[in-house]
Amino acid sequence: MRLLGNIGRRTGQRLLSSVPALLGVVVLTFMLMRVLPGDPAVFFASGPSAGQEEIDNLRREMGLDRPIPEQLARYLLDIARGNLGRSLTTGQSVLTDLRQRLPASLELTLSALVIALGLALPLGIAAALRPNSIVDHAVRFVCTVGVCVPTFVSGLLLIYVFYYLLGMAPDPTGRIDIFAANPPDITGFLLVDFLIAGDMEGFQAAASQLVLPAFTMALFVLAPLARMTRASMLAVLGSDFIRTARSLGLSRRRVILTYALRNALLPVITITGIVFSTMLGANVLVEKVFSWPGVASYALDALLASDYAPVQGFVLLMASIFVMVNLAVDILYGIADPRASMS
Amino acid sequence: MGKLLEIEDLHVSFSTRGGIVEAVRGVSLALDAGATLGVVGESGSGKSVTSYAVMRLLDRAGRITAGSIRFCGQDVTRLDHRDLRALGGGAMSMIFQNPRAALNPIRMVGLQIADAIRAHTDLGASAARSRALELLHAVQIRDPERRLDAFPHELSGGMCQRVMIAMAIACEPALLIADEPTTGLDVTTQKTVMDLLARLTTERGMGMILVTHDLGLATQYCRQVAVMEQGRVVEQGPAAMVFRGPCHPYTRRLVAASPTRTSTVADLVGGGAPVPATRRPRPPAGTPMLLEVQGLTKRFGETTAVDEVSFTLEAGESLGLVGESGSGKSTISRLICRLIDQSGGDILFEGESIGGLPAREFHRAPQRRAIQIVFQDPHDSLNPRFSAFDAIAHPLRRLEGMRDGPALRDRVAACAERSGLPLELLGRFPHQLSGGQKARVGIARAIATRPRLLVLDEPTAALDVSVQAVILKLLDDLRREDGLAYLFVSHDLNVVRMMCERTIVLQQGRIVEAGPSREIFTAPKRSYTRELLAAIPHFTPDLMMPTAPFPGIAAEPMMHPQGAVLHRSLGPPP
Amino acid sequence: MSAITTLGHAGWVLRGNPVTVVAAVGAALLIAAALFAPWIAPYDPIASNVREALQPPSAAHWAGTDQLGRDIASRVLFAARIDLAVAASAVSLSFVVGAVIGSFCGYVGGALDRAVGRIVDVLMAFPLFVLAMAMVAALGNRVENIVIATAFINLPFYIRFARAEVNIRRNLGWVEAARACGDSHISVVLRFLLPNILPAMAVQISLNLGWAILNAAGLSFIGLGVTAPTPEWGIMVAEGARFITSGQWWLVAAPGLTLMLSVLCFNLLGDGLRDILDPRMRT
Repeated sequence: MRLLGNIGRRTGQRLLSSVPALLGVVVLTFMLMRVLPGDPAVFFASGPSAGQEEIDNLRREMGLDRPIPEQLARYLLDIARGNLGRSLTTGQSVLTDLRQRLPASLELTLSALVIALGLALPLGIAAALRPNSIVDHAVRFVCTVGVCVPTFVSGLLLIYVFYYLLGMAPDPTGRIDIFAANPPDITGFLLVDFLIAGDMEGFQAAASQLVLPAFTMALFVLAPLARMTRASMLAVLGSDFIRTARSLGLSRRRVILTYALRNALLPVITITGIVFSTMLGANVLVEKVFSWPGVASYALDALLASDYAPVQGFVLLMASIFVMVNLAVDILYGIADPRASMS
Repeated sequence: MGKLLEIEDLHVSFSTRGGIVEAVRGVSLALDAGATLGVVGESGSGKSVTSYAVMRLLDRAGRITAGSIRFCGQDVTRLDHRDLRALGGGAMSMIFQNPRAALNPIRMVGLQIADAIRAHTDLGASAARSRALELLHAVQIRDPERRLDAFPHELSGGMCQRVMIAMAIACEPALLIADEPTTGLDVTTQKTVMDLLARLTTERGMGMILVTHDLGLATQYCRQVAVMEQGRVVEQGPAAMVFRGPCHPYTRRLVAASPTRTSTVADLVGGGAPVPATRRPRPPAGTPMLLEVQGLTKRFGETTAVDEVSFTLEAGESLGLVGESGSGKSTISRLICRLIDQSGGDILFEGESIGGLPAREFHRAPQRRAIQIVFQDPHDSLNPRFSAFDAIAHPLRRLEGMRDGPALRDRVAACAERSGLPLELLGRFPHQLSGGQKARVGIARAIATRPRLLVLDEPTAALDVSVQAVILKLLDDLRREDGLAYLFVSHDLNVVRMMCERTIVLQQGRIVEAGPSREIFTAPKRSYTRELLAAIPHFTPDLMMPTAPFPGIAAEPMMHPQGAVLHRSLGPPP
Repeated sequence: MSAITTLGHAGWVLRGNPVTVVAAVGAALLIAAALFAPWIAPYDPIASNVREALQPPSAAHWAGTDQLGRDIASRVLFAARIDLAVAASAVSLSFVVGAVIGSFCGYVGGALDRAVGRIVDVLMAFPLFVLAMAMVAALGNRVENIVIATAFINLPFYIRFARAEVNIRRNLGWVEAARACGDSHISVVLRFLLPNILPAMAVQISLNLGWAILNAAGLSFIGLGVTAPTPEWGIMVAEGARFITSGQWWLVAAPGLTLMLSVLCFNLLGDGLRDILDPRMRT
């Protein structure tokens, strides 16, 4: 009970401290956008052929003739109301665009995370349990090399091997074959929607499209996860309390699972949060290589077309997601480690 | 009747980066059921490694290369892990030093005890929990119901050690090995924990092996004793005999170096003529005290670490500050040295107030050179990137503005010689020096600027007993010869009694008792002081009675083939 | 610490660590190749020769030719100059600034520490690649801005790292001893704490160098910073990506492989560097 109370308090504290982080992010994007060369009104106007009057109206509307602090206040108000501007290239409001394309990115990132954890944890643990064995050396080799391979290269490599050489993977463009039918749009996650609709063929098609990009992203974070798991497990296995557990005659299973593993996973929880943030960035590269219709490629296309409202919205979105994920990781850590909850 | 434990010619080696290291070289020990054996030695003696080998807890780098360990007649050196598991905990257990680190930090203490119980019995979860509660009662922990659900970081060191003892006795072992169980604990806690162990082992008829570096503990709690040096047993037998009449030169040195109630510093290093008490020349009338502390107070947030402490110190005098952890003695030493600022009160050095100058500016004050400090842990008080020469030259460079050259070299050499540091070691780095050598570097650095007041914060606490003896002699000589005043902070009352003319006893930031050392130690007025004195495991070889069951039959020391001395009474075994 | 003993110690470490030697040689070759690219490259990196377009690796063109007939091997050599220069400048910048800021924060503690900690938290709230994207976009699509962006996003790591390391050492005996010997706080931080945390940070630098190269390549892969026809590893992979699905792998292979190998060399070298700098390894 006392523990739950502590956890609750800690969650509240963490929520409270993420507010300034979010606020800081918002202010930073505001400043970033004002640094842009040129006149923001022109960028947010309806098109390059907008007349001078329209631009002037827009400028007044956007409050660009007001002092900066007032602009900041209006900006914050806009964000709160969900007005992120309008995209020149798609013609829709940025909020709508983001909402449409977010599930694609999330599906990719989450499946990649699941794959990465599913591979990295067992590898790291196996390597730590058999130090200096072949398994250990292999895992360390994979980690050392894995950190060095850029995401876009590994993605292209996977495409070359599995699509061109082996023909196992489908055409690496997009989430689903252009000739196939989309499932009813419930969650936006294709896999989930297909399952709900009971369409196993569609599920398979979507899954096969997802495999290569998800693996590419997973490979990117496999190395640091496995390395951290291995290091953490090794450190725990050499610690005093494991020696005590062994001296008391506890079964090997209990020593490894209950005593060693639970302690070793604590730093892994923390690093998963960091890993997730790098994945959000790697999204940009993977979506470009596989033409995945997610928020990152949306923002990238907008950026290269000098359409800045989507970029601003994208940055805000990514930062918010990261803050929330970090919050979740923090809370999870607080539950797992009783020392953290005490003061 | 067979022996409980028989170790014969045990050899243990470790493969390290630098090659194969033999930690244990032919150790033979024996223990009867219900008996207590103390394994005594300094660092590097191999005493802990031996106990790990018995429990089969050597890590991958360590291997038993020769010899045998027989437990109840059964050879355990060759057992596989499953049989060992049945053996460990059920038949023999171990408790370790640093008890908090030895417990799983994220698992409730009650569950850990229950795990130990369920590893050897068929009890279910709730039955194991009630048995765990019984055990906590048996180890006399306060408020056992609440402690069941506590985590190790919520418990004090003493409580953690009790929990470990509870886990160790959970399955009624026949043998309990205690590896330095009281390191890091306060003197009073140490006594209660050791008394508890003694009581439990007698009640349950357990055999106990106490591995320790403290001869006082070994005398008080062990019948038999084995002295180890560098992987070998050099002398063993009944404790009284070994310590009353040590035969092996190493044992002699060890016994001499262990402070007793009445030993002096000169005794520690093997006697010699007692140094005559030098009469300090009386300072001319009207000279202010060297150090005067008035109402010194220090608060850290909510807690008051030092509460209205006042005392004086004359030039050339040595004053001891004793107390347990939390008494504020270390804080006082930092305050006097002006490394931290006080919250209230004043410090007067030679009549001038130095308390007014903030600590971060003090390095510029002229008094900085006159007040220096020798630190506790030689291992982290030397900058790992500085050679010994650089460390000693550092204050000369900073406080006296000396530049590199023959003058600096001469000064450093002079300091090194005063501290007994061989000149050829000046080029070495801390990790290349032994504990005693590092201590000497620390002392040389402190006396480099010819200070008038030296603050010593537990200067020998981390050193082996024989090294401590030598360093204490050095400090004593320095004081007499150079007229230094010492503020000697320590938790070790014997050391303070030997080194200091006057003593102040502190408890939770307040002065409990103060006066000449002789008075405090022979006729303490306050109950807290009496408690502290009673808690020290006194090493009293002269007063020990021989434990031969048949008085009148003399004991005869025998020489072992490898030079070890075996004291054996000539009567039939008990 | 004399230079001679450092070299001697370096030799001892290298002898015991063949992998580090190989990495060191690799890194040296790389830097040499970058420096001497104009003299050792067999062809002009931007000279196009459409008749020879899309040729697989052969004796004439060791890494093949790209879609404009340019020799890939020469382009890779020239690209090394840009990538290495960008990475090195970015890392140096963030290391120096970050270490100093972090050390002071860790030592002083209190309000300053908390404030900086908050700012660092906000910075790290950005998925850093995204931030780099936004910065390059805002500041302009030029190479210098990639350096600034990379340095900026690296900064929080160094600040946090230095802060943590100094925190550990701040209360050690010899720090107090230095104060007793007459050093001011600033002196203690700059002359004692900073050099002592260098070995730990050396590993960070090496990993960061590799990461900075990957970052720079990644940014140019998506079209920021460096523009065609400048040879740069990221751009080369981007251009070659179109041809992978039709089986022409060599456009991606050479720059991709060089990217990997250079990052690998720097990572491995960094580990060896740490062994040399840590005086505890000296015997």
